[in-house]
Amino acid sequence: MNGKVITVTSGKGGVGKTTVTANIATALAMLGKKVVAIDADIGLRNLDVVMGLENRIVYDLVDVIEGRCRLRQAMIKDKRQPDLYLIPAAQTRDKMAVSPSDMILVCDELRQEMDYIIIDSPAGIERGFRNAVAPSDEVVIVTNPEVSAVRDADRIIGLLEAEEKGPGRLIINRLKPEMVARGDMLSIDDVLDILAVELIGVIPEDESILISSNRGTPVAMSGLNGSSASQAFRNVAQRLQGETVPFVDLTPKTGLLNRLNNWFSKS
Amino acid sequence: MNWFERLLGKQEKSGATAKQRLQMVLIHDRADVSPGLLEQIKDDIIEVIAKRLEINPDNVVVNLDNTAQESRLVAEIPLLQQNGRRRATVQ
Repeated sequence: MNGKVITVTSGKGGVGKTTVTANIATALAMLGKKVVAIDADIGLRNLDVVMGLENRIVYDLVDVIEGRCRLRQAMIKDKRQPDLYLIPAAQTRDKMAVSPSDMILVCDELRQEMDYIIIDSPAGIERGFRNAVAPSDEVVIVTNPEVSAVRDADRIIGLLEAEEKGPGRLIINRLKPEMVARGDMLSIDDVLDILAVELIGVIPEDESILISSNRGTPVAMSGLNGSSASQAFRNVAQRLQGETVPFVDLTPKTGLLNRLNNWFSKS
Repeated sequence: MNWFERLLGKQEKSGATAKQRLQMVLIHDRADVSPGLLEQIKDDIIEVIAKRLEINPDNVVVNLDNTAQESRLVAEIPLLQQNGRRRATVQ
């Protein structure tokens, strides 16, 4: 087997990298793939709680790298899916405990038995980012429709191109369709205009994401009340597999005034 | 802005403002040229040109311009010349 390494990164913190990683990994596993998610955010471990696996950690990524355990021992199996695993980050160390070549070695071993290795990159553009990107075959950039997040995404795209890992594909997370319709949020087209990269997913702002995090069950799996975010994540997984999946129409149902507006601006 | 908002004399929507501001800031980020550096370059250009030609320093504009392929530095330096003609020197 020759698994594919996908790194999830963003530059800016707090845009939803960990949530995206957990959900992409889960959604790919739901498609019957063998998937391992790696938390590369050494010192700020979080993917474990989002995936609901925090109580089962014995060994972590740094234990593997420093030879205290075998790779298999650090892989926590998610019992809700047939083939989903997590390699957690070390909590008491820092980014310097891992080098880019360590990550390449670990991933090369994982490629033998997994279909997908999904790496959650830490925020920033320093060592942690370089560790996360070094082994990647493909990069997914997460951004929010906000000036700060888009600016940082642009910087990341530049860095990826410099490392010949680019350009990567984009997920716009936390889109609020009503605000876009009102003209008070950057639209999907605005963001794509500015960043000029391929889009692989749009995740609407959705309470079910937080509710699922609270419970430690990624929304792709819980599918709370047919949540639109859940569907959006599953669509991303299919696109990662090379399928063509149309983007869900996120324009809100329009009221009379909006329709009037549209009618006038068209004419 | 749509017709209705213009009628009410409303401000530009914040989404459009965000896009314009991002485009400006990214021009500087991508070229790694800060607005401050641009000011310095402008002052240098004015100094060199003013040695040979009459210009009004206040009318000089130096900007970064981005296309998909390249960034370029664009300087606009209007010359102080009447009617655009060479002034004849009559003895």
